[in-house]
Amino acid sequence: MSIKISSLLKKSTTAIFISILLGFLVGGIILALSGFNPIQSYGELFKGVFSKPRYIVQTIIIATPVILTGISVAFAFKTGLFNIGAEGQFMMGAIAASFIGYKIDLPPIIHPIACLLGAMIFAGLYAVFVGWLKAKFGIHEVITSIMLNWIALYFNNYYVTLPSLKKPNSEGVYEVLDSARINILYNVKANQENILAFRDKIAELKGNVPIVNGVEKPTLFMKLLDTVQDIVFRTDINYGIFIAVAVAIIVGFILNKTTLGYSLKGVGINKYAAEAAGINVKKQIIMSMLISGAIAGLAGGIYITGMSPNRIITLSLHENYGFNGLSVALIANNNPIACIFSGLLFGALKYGGNAMQSQLGVPTEIINIVIGTIIFFIGMRLIFTIIADKLEKGENSNE
Amino acid sequence: MSDIAVEMKGIHKYFGKFCALQNVDLTVESGTIHSILGENGAGKSTLMSILYGLYKPEKGEIFINGKKAKIENPSDAIKLGIGMVHQHFMLVENLTVTENIILGAEITNKFGIIDMKRATKAIKELSEKYGLYVDPYAKIEDISVGMQQRVEILKTLYRGADILILDEPTAVLTPQEILELIDIMKRLINDGKTIIIITHKLKEIKQSAKYCTVIRRGKLIDRVVVDDLSEEELASKMVGRKVNLHIDKTKADPKDVIFSIENLVVKDFRGLEKLKGLNLEIKRGEIYGVAGVDGNGQKELIEAITCLSKASKGKIKINNKEIQNTTPKNVLESGISTIHEDRHKRGLILDFSVELNSILESFNKPQFSKKSILNFEAINNFAKSLIEKFDIRPDNCEKTPIRALSGGNQQKLIIAREVFNDPDLLIAVQPTRGLDIGAIEFVHKTLVEERDKGKAILLVSLELDEIMDVSDTIGVIYDGTIVKTLQNDENVTEEKLGFWMAGGEN
Repeated sequence: MSIKISSLLKKSTTAIFISILLGFLVGGIILALSGFNPIQSYGELFKGVFSKPRYIVQTIIIATPVILTGISVAFAFKTGLFNIGAEGQFMMGAIAASFIGYKIDLPPIIHPIACLLGAMIFAGLYAVFVGWLKAKFGIHEVITSIMLNWIALYFNNYYVTLPSLKKPNSEGVYEVLDSARINILYNVKANQENILAFRDKIAELKGNVPIVNGVEKPTLFMKLLDTVQDIVFRTDINYGIFIAVAVAIIVGFILNKTTLGYSLKGVGINKYAAEAAGINVKKQIIMSMLISGAIAGLAGGIYITGMSPNRIITLSLHENYGFNGLSVALIANNNPIACIFSGLLFGALKYGGNAMQSQLGVPTEIINIVIGTIIFFIGMRLIFTIIADKLEKGENSNE
Repeated sequence: MSDIAVEMKGIHKYFGKFCALQNVDLTVESGTIHSILGENGAGKSTLMSILYGLYKPEKGEIFINGKKAKIENPSDAIKLGIGMVHQHFMLVENLTVTENIILGAEITNKFGIIDMKRATKAIKELSEKYGLYVDPYAKIEDISVGMQQRVEILKTLYRGADILILDEPTAVLTPQEILELIDIMKRLINDGKTIIIITHKLKEIKQSAKYCTVIRRGKLIDRVVVDDLSEEELASKMVGRKVNLHIDKTKADPKDVIFSIENLVVKDFRGLEKLKGLNLEIKRGEIYGVAGVDGNGQKELIEAITCLSKASKGKIKINNKEIQNTTPKNVLESGISTIHEDRHKRGLILDFSVELNSILESFNKPQFSKKSILNFEAINNFAKSLIEKFDIRPDNCEKTPIRALSGGNQQKLIIAREVFNDPDLLIAVQPTRGLDIGAIEFVHKTLVEERDKGKAILLVSLELDEIMDVSDTIGVIYDGTIVKTLQNDENVTEEKLGFWMAGGEN
């Protein structure tokens, strides 16, 4: 029996699930210590995510950028690079998307594609600089990318001041054009006329609500229509999540099935052996940063074209989309597909945390404690292996 | 000689479910050199770690000088007069010899401050008494490996050790330093010390030890008087079957020169010349062995040939094509394959599976990938074929991370991979380092087979025996040049080579 448990404990997936549970447990203890009922609080958090379809959609929308920055970090990590610069790359991607989305007039469908590609290229090149410095001069990527994060922040704030871009009487630039948005059914909320038309259409489809015993009893179909209306008008529902899932699959494929992934991983694990085997180590480092940066930039592009306020604003601090990607990648054990789920967990905690605060007054910092504790235990997951070994030993001496 | 210094009875040691030692006895008479012989992983280091208190046995008793001893940790062992010199030295690089020796047992004055003068004096006396000459003021990072080892021995003597355990002491030494070490050991014995030496090198056992305990796969095989057995007999006891210490090979049939180096100059990062105009020529169908003391330019020579570092001057030619200062990829494609010295650093990606390591140099070839997509079926079949042909164990290990394989099997995979490249020149640098006798036999046999197929082989080794055994032509490297090239025939002796290796007439 304990042999089974111990072999289960040695799996990294198990360690991650236990870490998540422990994270909630520690969070619960802290909730209790600060005078909140943990069960009630977590109940509100759960309700805040799952009680309405709109909340679930909202969670997915919040999760989308961090799923992508998580994949960006995970990809770099698999190839031996610690891309703490995803934050800056995200911002550069956002700036590029904002510029293309506002300044260049393109037809729909082509316009958002141009925005996202522009974001990927711009952020990718920004990250290539880090890779080049590492390949050429051996400067550690953590140092250069932290510095570049700040440069990105101040570039962001400079960009906002540019005369032809700045929106008067605001802290930001103009929103991207309607044609550049990736929101689902965006055209129906593009102007007042369309909104009214859409509402009429829904009302028409619904027909009259049957009244049973003096109480309105809408049919399932009617509820569904209400939900659709709710989601379309009250969320930024967008195609980003499909892009994120596609990227996760593509990155997983590149890493595991292609020669590119093989040589990138080879360089990441042992660059000396890769070098001796004829792999161009410098080129691979730059390549890896290019891909990682492009993915983080894509996250920024989706953020601008899919989520309000759809524009760049002056920032006093980093918004943490990139840094949160580090947490997402860690929880996902650097597996790109797992980043989808850890990103969703992350989004759920963040979004549900707001509900916890509005319902019970629980400070949202408690969510940061939960996330921090999860990562803390993942960082010490060796401890689960040690426990497993102890269990095995116990089994042996009983024999 | 009836005094028994160390007696270990019925020692059992398990690591998890793995039985490292099973009912092993050891009896060491005081005032003798006792060797413990066994292949890598046989359990000899584990046995000594138990004696030194690093591991606790599950069963068994230890008697020191006739008294039952309880050794829970190294300080218990030190109190009982046991000292151990580890294979990897435990020295602080940027402290002086004196500081290293007294570390943890400092001589202090009445204010509790280290009395360096007295400490230095004590160490000088100690080193003169046993002929362990060291410079007490030198920093560890500035002295040779041989001298570092003497510091380690002094450290144990300084702590009052009467029983010295030396773990693979000759692995890092040059032939001359080995002779010095044997001298030192004999002097220590004359002074009444007892020495236990762990090794798998038979020649040194023959030269120094009186008794030998042979361990194989955690079991005691035999305890013998060394003089009664030949090297071959000792080897077969260690391996468990008859072994051939000297390779059978026919005379070389060298053809045309295929590989040549002209006036090669390589500088290190400080701008000092490490190779000073080196010349050599290798023909098809011959094994060219580079003999030399470590640090005379072997590393720079290999890195320059494989384009892992830059050459300042000179030409390196294969098939009349110059390859110096190109890329490792170009070197490979020009027909040079290399078995690197440090297989964990240069040869393998330890976290990759066996099959992924097998294609490290050829993953881009159409056989293994089309349009950048890896063909896992082909890779798997290829790895299987290598595993079968080169008898890489455990069976069906193609999906296992190569980290989990023994050193000998890792090396076999590297050799299989390089031979598969079908190179014109096969470079083997210290190809048998850390391998046991069975694997060494295999490596040497493969090199000779490749030679017989008409390939040129460049063998670089610090083990003179290996050079003399395998090579057809020997080039002695000293201070960055080949100072002597000679045909390997019966006129070549270790003394002669040693003379050239030490600089000869220069």
